[in-house]
Amino acid sequence: MALADDRLMEDAGFRMSEATAGDFFALLKPRVMSLVVFTAFVGLVAAPVSINPLLAVIAILSIAIGAGASGALNMWYDADIDAVMTRTASRPVPAGRVSPGEALSFGLVLSALSVMTLGVLINWLSAALLAFTIFFYAVIYTMWLKRWTPQNIVIGGAAGAFPPVIGWAAVTGSVSLESLILFLIIFLWTPPHFWALALFKSDDYARAGIPMMPNVAGQASTRRQIFAYALVLAPIGVLPWALGYTSAAYGAVSAVLGAGFVWYAWKVLGMSDDDRSMKPAKALFGYSLLYLFAIFAAYLVDSVVGQVLMTGGA
Amino acid sequence: MIVADKNLELVTLTERQQKARRSRSIAIGVALAALVIIFYIATIVRFGHHAAGLMPTSLM
Repeated sequence: MALADDRLMEDAGFRMSEATAGDFFALLKPRVMSLVVFTAFVGLVAAPVSINPLLAVIAILSIAIGAGASGALNMWYDADIDAVMTRTASRPVPAGRVSPGEALSFGLVLSALSVMTLGVLINWLSAALLAFTIFFYAVIYTMWLKRWTPQNIVIGGAAGAFPPVIGWAAVTGSVSLESLILFLIIFLWTPPHFWALALFKSDDYARAGIPMMPNVAGQASTRRQIFAYALVLAPIGVLPWALGYTSAAYGAVSAVLGAGFVWYAWKVLGMSDDDRSMKPAKALFGYSLLYLFAIFAAYLVDSVVGQVLMTGGA
Repeated sequence: MIVADKNLELVTLTERQQKARRSRSIAIGVALAALVIIFYIATIVRFGHHAAGLMPTSLM
């Protein structure tokens, strides 16, 4: 047996890592990343000019890696609160599979790599927007807002709303009103989505000491705010049609989806304080995921059909 | 305090640690290969585009 065994190495401050590639992949928050990839793709396709498909793939990949890197930085910083929440306790850092130092290095290296790749191979505006998004999520939201204010998710939601703007900028080299409306849809969708989750996970957030809206302002106030955001979100979802960016088909689909969102939020508003099952909140949380996917899918289809019709299918 | 010694390098990895290291090594290899391919493709696409613009019309 070697003199320097594991015990000795650990005493000396070394630890032989047991982290697998899968653990590092989990640091990227793949489910969040899939939403980022999809919304960035919509921004990229909806842009009025085209890009070489291979460069488009590289742009999407860079944006996805950048978003994943910010997830790794979030998991590095939030390991203490992740450990006490049932939803996050099995994440690689709190579970002890990845050390905090490994998560930090991984996040920083991928952040630099994704921004530089996007800048060198695509354009520097999209790279700057990606860098800002990573900074906003990791520093402004994770390190500052999340533990400080119940408005954490309102302001922090901007980080999740940037991907379609970055996708658009990767193609056009600019930011337009149309891409900002896509930003606005995700930005306004974020608070009701996360507050619905916070309603039925309020014990978890309270245990971790995170000032989510239900824990600070109370459930009744949170339900009212969810409904108010739903009332604003529904017409904003229809705005691309109202401004002439899409066809009436998108307008109809987005109106129906928005009405559904308001209906689910109305059900949440009518929930009683004694409701322990929180079924309306869980239903809204599920519907909000469907809403975002469906409205961006409708936008994507509308853009593609519009471009095909404009070029006469050539 | 641990004195620097050649023996320190003779750490015996457990089977789990060996599997984890192999998994990480493969992932790093794949990522580096992907990066090389990405930069190669992007260079061809970008230079190809510029080359087409510079090409005399008689050759096009």
